[in-house]
Amino acid sequence: MSTPSDAQADVHEDLHERRHPQPWEYVKIALILAVLTAAEVAVSYMDVNHALQIAALLGMMVIKFVLVVLWYMHVRFDNPAYGRVFTLGITLAVVVYGVVLLCFGVFQK
Amino acid sequence: MEAGTAIERKDDHGAHYTSTGLPTVKVAMWIFLASETLLFGGLISTYLLYRGRSVVGPYPKDVFDIPYTSVSAFVLLASSLTMVLALGAIQRGEDHRFRIWIMATALLGLTFISGQIYEFTSFFHEGLAIDTNLFGSTFFTLTGFHGAHVTVGILMLMSLASLNSQGRVTKDNPIAVEMVGLYWHFVDIVWIIIFTVVYLIPTGSPHP
Repeated sequence: MSTPSDAQADVHEDLHERRHPQPWEYVKIALILAVLTAAEVAVSYMDVNHALQIAALLGMMVIKFVLVVLWYMHVRFDNPAYGRVFTLGITLAVVVYGVVLLCFGVFQK
Repeated sequence: MEAGTAIERKDDHGAHYTSTGLPTVKVAMWIFLASETLLFGGLISTYLLYRGRSVVGPYPKDVFDIPYTSVSAFVLLASSLTMVLALGAIQRGEDHRFRIWIMATALLGLTFISGQIYEFTSFFHEGLAIDTNLFGSTFFTLTGFHGAHVTVGILMLMSLASLNSQGRVTKDNPIAVEMVGLYWHFVDIVWIIIFTVVYLIPTGSPHP
């Protein structure tokens, strides 16, 4: 049970966040994202094993996704409740549509 | 505190809070974004479901220009960087710098949308319309919805610049910038998925 004073403390923590990343940290993340995007494009042109190529592309996509969510959307620094809400939505989407695609045999091709 | 009773207060930053201790507008935005993942999840799934099942061309390999779309992807990623820099600027009270970064973000968004319009036009000239085949229907619906989201984002970015000039969005009231920022980054992560799933992953289809 939270009291008004507890809530006020949480509000204060929420407003001022735990740590503000410095601009150079954002630039560093942007450079990593750019390198990953370039690597994705390079991999898409490679004549390698099809399954390996898809795995590499999806892996890099997930890393880019997580970097933007954690750093640019501040989930890493903000109140964990926001991240949980978003994770719930993503999980629901992945499970629901994953099952739909499985039922239609999309992954069997 | 009794069940069902919410303590609502408004702080000097202009945001409303409930007994959760979290600003209601920010909670609402995250719930909205979570619901948006279901919308785009449905559109991406539909694209995957009909992928490689078009019986007439043009097929993805006939129309996609990966180097061109890669530049668009870089542009949208760069706009996420300028967006966080804009948020940092307003939190430090640097209004002039904020307007520069926010307008840079809007400009990068406009560049992306212009690129998408050019891409759609060139696809149309190559014989691909929304009713041509399954690829056309699912591709234009998915990327069109994303483009509409980017357009709404650009309008919100320009509104923020205008509101800041009027002194209505400042260091003391940065929550609107944070909310638009969350929306903008969400649009960016949706493109991260579309770029990989739609453009880069080969179809494995028997069609050329």
